[in-house]
This record gives sequence, structure tokens and C-alpha cells, in this order.
Amino acid sequence: MRTLITVISATITVAISTTAQAFCGFYVARADTALFNQASQVVLVRDDNRTVITMANDFQGDVQDFAVVIPVPTFIEREQINVGDRAVVEHLDAYTAPRLVEYHDPDPCVRYEALKSMSMNDARAPASIAEESELRRALGVTIEASYTVGEYDILILSATESSGLIKWLDQNDYRIPKGAEAVVDSYLKQDMRFFVAKVNLQEQTKLGYSNLRPLQVAYESNKFMLPIRLGTLNAKGKQELYVYALTKTGRVETTNYRTVKLPSNNEVPEFVQNEFGDFYRAMFARQTKKENERGVFLEYAWDMAWCDPCAADPLSADELRKLGVYWVKSNKGRGVAPSPAQNVFVTRLHVRYDRKHFPEDLVFQETGDRQNYQGRYVIRHPWKGTPQCDASAYMAATRDRQEREAQMLANLTGWDIADIRAKIPYMDGVVPEPVPVPWWKRIWQ
Amino acid sequence: MNVFSKLTDPRYYQIVVLSLLVSYGIVVLDFGIHWYNAVAIMLTAQCAQYIGTRWAGLPRFDPLSAVITSLSLTLLLRTDVVALAMLAAGIAIGSKFLLRVRGKHVFNPANVALVTLMLVSDQAWVSSGQWGSAAISSFALACLGFLVLTRAKRAETTLAFLAAYAVLMTGRAIWLGDPPSIPLHQLQNGVLLIFAFFMISDPKTTPNTSAGRVIFGALVASIAYAIQYVFYEPNGTILALILAAPFVPLLDYLMRGQLYRWKQKGVF
Repeated sequence: MRTLITVISATITVAISTTAQAFCGFYVARADTALFNQASQVVLVRDDNRTVITMANDFQGDVQDFAVVIPVPTFIEREQINVGDRAVVEHLDAYTAPRLVEYHDPDPCVRYEALKSMSMNDARAPASIAEESELRRALGVTIEASYTVGEYDILILSATESSGLIKWLDQNDYRIPKGAEAVVDSYLKQDMRFFVAKVNLQEQTKLGYSNLRPLQVAYESNKFMLPIRLGTLNAKGKQELYVYALTKTGRVETTNYRTVKLPSNNEVPEFVQNEFGDFYRAMFARQTKKENERGVFLEYAWDMAWCDPCAADPLSADELRKLGVYWVKSNKGRGVAPSPAQNVFVTRLHVRYDRKHFPEDLVFQETGDRQNYQGRYVIRHPWKGTPQCDASAYMAATRDRQEREAQMLANLTGWDIADIRAKIPYMDGVVPEPVPVPWWKRIWQ
Repeated sequence: MNVFSKLTDPRYYQIVVLSLLVSYGIVVLDFGIHWYNAVAIMLTAQCAQYIGTRWAGLPRFDPLSAVITSLSLTLLLRTDVVALAMLAAGIAIGSKFLLRVRGKHVFNPANVALVTLMLVSDQAWVSSGQWGSAAISSFALACLGFLVLTRAKRAETTLAFLAAYAVLMTGRAIWLGDPPSIPLHQLQNGVLLIFAFFMISDPKTTPNTSAGRVIFGALVASIAYAIQYVFYEPNGTILALILAAPFVPLLDYLMRGQLYRWKQKGVF
């Protein structure tokens, strides 16, 4: 009889594990880009040598002061620049954000076996242009095109030398950081071109947008890169950058910096639910330090057709087309509910950079890796009912688990283990004996 | 020194260094080398080597070169498809027996396998950034140690390649007005080092004369530079070696030298 029961329970465990494989927990919270100040978000759609780039930044000041100089890897024409939809970028951020999921322990007296394997370790898991033309020519700057798109005044520049371009930008009230001339000169020699954008206040009022919408550029070039060097010249310290790459083949990684997967699928204490943002910031800071502040971090890599658990719904085909994913067919006019887009693989990279640690622009490559990866953190709520049987084994196992979760959290974030333990309602109220930290562990911390 | 004098075949050192790098990549850096790919590559390469030995009627089966090719492939090739990893090993060893000119195989076995796979499949790639800067210094030390231990035998190719590449990168930075941190960062690349010390250095696919090897090293560096910074294509070094390989018979023809043999006779 005993043998038979073992076989049956083993089958049940297998069945439960299989269910757990396809089910990665209930979504609780996400760590989106709003957690970090001065975060820029860039969507890179890449197919062969075609790139569509969407740039969104969280510019907080007076829009009158907003002006950007954007280097592009190749010569561009006016039709290649567009103004995108901020909501789509926000949706992409929400869809790909690292997530917190939860499980509830069942009554230990009913299904003790279910406790064994509920964790899922492998988630599959302006000024008059005519008047200025003489001066421009003297500076060696030609305005290839000048026009207004949405709330932006755009000027496509073709400069022959950097000093002229810098002087021209200076005279036209564009904020140019010190040291920009050398970088601009380097870019010009590499056949890169620039366009500048300022906010047209009249247009902005007319359109009624309070936030600045992202700028988009479509171009053809072998260079699959993101120029970050001009951005590092502002002495603002470290900057946060999120790159969302949308491709046909698979995951995107940097070829000149190490791309690292963030720790994932870790079980953390229940209280993290209330401070998931703090947890994520602390963990990210610790991981960047571990990689000597030179790492590019993978936060999400997934086939756009689905998600598990979903921090937000996958983007619709129309939303993807707005971002420049030209190979998906629009759902418009078909009279059917929007279906998830096929053949789009999304990679979310998070970089904290400065000039010292990231001297070079980011260079990317598409890989054939279609393995799904997500930043996923798990909380497991202990069962809190009154047991109708001897649940001492469950209590002890849960207490051990709570302690493991505390140590995992300390390890991931660098937070003090005593502070973490104080916040955990240990099962039975028994707080585990603090394990003394060996003296040698504190030397090099 | 006793052990060293017995193990005069430099391939033993090469196997030790490459094995350490593979272990470091899997255990410490965790950068996507699947252990099962490593096993599949090793087994396929040995099978292919055995079949090739029988087919060519060689006096004895020598597994060492195939082990080195397997380790190089494991370090450089990334794929989620085990069959592709096995195909790579088969192409690598097969090319040694099939593509021969004047008693030498034309292409570096691991190199021809990598290029073929990248051309025919989008499921195979090389991750050149994955070593990170922290690992580079110890990595470079291991490579240099390898050169010292093997008494720099036929190291001209490696040194000429690295020198020419460094000159080109520095020259580019000076022309662009870039700070020295940029070429320095570009040279601190794990794949570049694996390539320079373990792929291009293969004595069987480099010219027979010292002058030929120096010219060859510089040629590979120039082609790699052009691929990366003129055409802006990735994997410049790996593509450059395959493009430069046909010049080896030409250099050998123009400069007479002695054909390299591993210490054991009758070995491909």
C-alpha cells in the first residue's frame, strides 16, 4: 500500500510541477523605468541593416529649454524622422519590466506535496533661416532640411567640420557640453550626420501635449549602435539608459561591453511586496558594482507573442508598427480583436553609464538566442490558518524557507540581515538564531 | 622542469589553458556556454577525427588537435541548437582532411566551422563582448604564459597580428581625435585574445617561413580592421582569417620554408 501511495504522490508532484512550469506565479508589482531618475528610453527596431530608433526621455524642465542634438549613423532625409507615441513606449516598458510574483501556500493539512515544487526556476521560462544662410555657409554648416514635425522644429545638418557645427549650435542656443567638439569631429569622420530638435511652443500648444513625445528616425546602415558619447559629456554623473530591441531573430546583446543577465527567479521575503522599488534599485546597484560598473544588464528577453506572468499585455501589431516594426501586419480594419504579433522578439537592456566606464558607443548584435528570460522575483505567503492536523513539519520548513529568503535578499541587495529579519513575521514567532558573520567576510566589504 | 621537458608538444599547454578558459566561462562568467554543447562538440570532433584518420590511411589516431579545435569552438560558438554545435565540429575536422593544398589544410578548422555556421544559420553567433574587462588582465596573462611555456614557437603570427591590430586601432583613434580609453577598450576583448593566441597561431595553417607568418598576421589584422571599421560588419577577426587563408599557399610558394610537424609523426 505504501509503495502505491508513493507512486501516486510522485505522479501528483510531477503533475503539479508541470502546471507550475507554464504558470509563473501571480503578478504583483513591476520595477519600471519610473524608478530611476534621468532615465532615457530607446527602442531599436532592427532587421538586417534597417533600423528604426525611437527616443524618449523624461525631460522635466521647461520645454522652452529643450533642445537635442542627435547623431545618426548615416545621412538622413526629412521623411525619415517622425514623432512617435509616448504611450507605446510606456506600454513596452510595462510589458518588459522586472516583476514580482506571488504564491500562496496551501493548507498543509490538505496537500502537503504541493509545497515541494511551486517555485519555477526556469521561466520559458529658430530664427529666420534666410537671414542666417550666409553665416552658416561661412561656418561650414549646411541645413539639409528644416521643417516642423508635431511639436518639434527639426533641422537636418550636414557639417563639414566640427568647429563650425559647434559654433552654429552655440549661436542658435543649443546647449553644448564642454568637450563636444572632439566627439562631434570623431562622429563626422565616421560619416555620421546630425539633426537637431527644438520644441515649437505654438505647435505644442495647438496639439495639446503636455509631455514631449518621442522622436523617431528610420535609417539604413550596417552600424547597429547607439551613440552615447555626447550624453556622457554632461557632468551629471551616471545616467540610466533602457534599450528595447525588437528583432526577428532573437536576443540582442552588446559586442563591446559584457551583457549580463540579472539574477532572477529568486525567492524573497513577503515584505518586498511593499518596497519592490527599493529592492530593485538596491539589487541593480549591487549588480552594477559587481560588474565593475561596466555591465549592460539584460532585464527581459521574450517572444512578443506572450508573457508569463504578464506585467502588461504584449504590444498589439498596431503598437509595434508605431515603433517601426514594419514586418508585422496591421490589425486595423479587420474587425477582429487585436491578436498578439508574431515574429517579434523583444530584448530589454538596462545600462548605468558614465564616460569613465563606457568610453565607447554601445555596439549591438542580434543573436539567434530565443530563450525566454525575465527578471522575476517570487514571494511565497505562508499558510496562516489554524491547522487541523500536526503541521509542525510545515511550520519548520516554512521557517527555514523564510530564513533562506532573508539571506537571499541580503545577498541580492546588500541590505543588513538583522534589519531584514526584523521585518519578517517568522512562522511560530521563532526568529532563527542569527548566524555570526565570520570576521574575514567583513574585511573586503 | 622534468614534466615540461617530457611534454614538448605545445598542444598540451594549449589544452590546459583552453580548458581553464572554458571552465571559467561556464562557472564564473556564466556567459551562455552550454555544457552539453561542449560535450557534443568534443564527441563529434573525436569521431570525425577517427573517421578521417582511417579514411586518409594515417598510421595512428591522434586526438590532441581535435581536442584543441573542440575547445576553441566551445569558447567561441554560441548556439541553442545542439545539432548545430555538432555540425560545427564535423565541418571543422572534416575541413582538415578534405580541403588541402600541397600537404597542408587550407583553413583553420574552428574558423571555417564558425564562418560556415554564421553564414548558413541565424541560430549561431559569436559573443565577443562576453568576457568583460575584469577578466581580461588575467586572461591576457594566461595567454602570455602560454607563449612563454611553448617558447614562442611560431608565435610570429600572433605577435604580428596583435601589433598590427593595435597600431591600426591607435591610428584610427588619433585620426578621429578619440581619447586613448577608446582603443584601449577595443583591445581589451576576450574574443580578440582567444583568436590571437589560439586560432591564428595554429602552425598547420600559417605560412612556413617567419617572414611569411609576419606578413600573414599583419594581413589578417588589416582585413579585420576593414571589416569592422570600413564596412561596419561584426566578427571582423574571424571573417578576416578565412579571407586571408588562401594567401598562405601563395606565401609558401613565394617563400620556401619547412612544413610544420607536431612532435608525433603522421598527424593531421
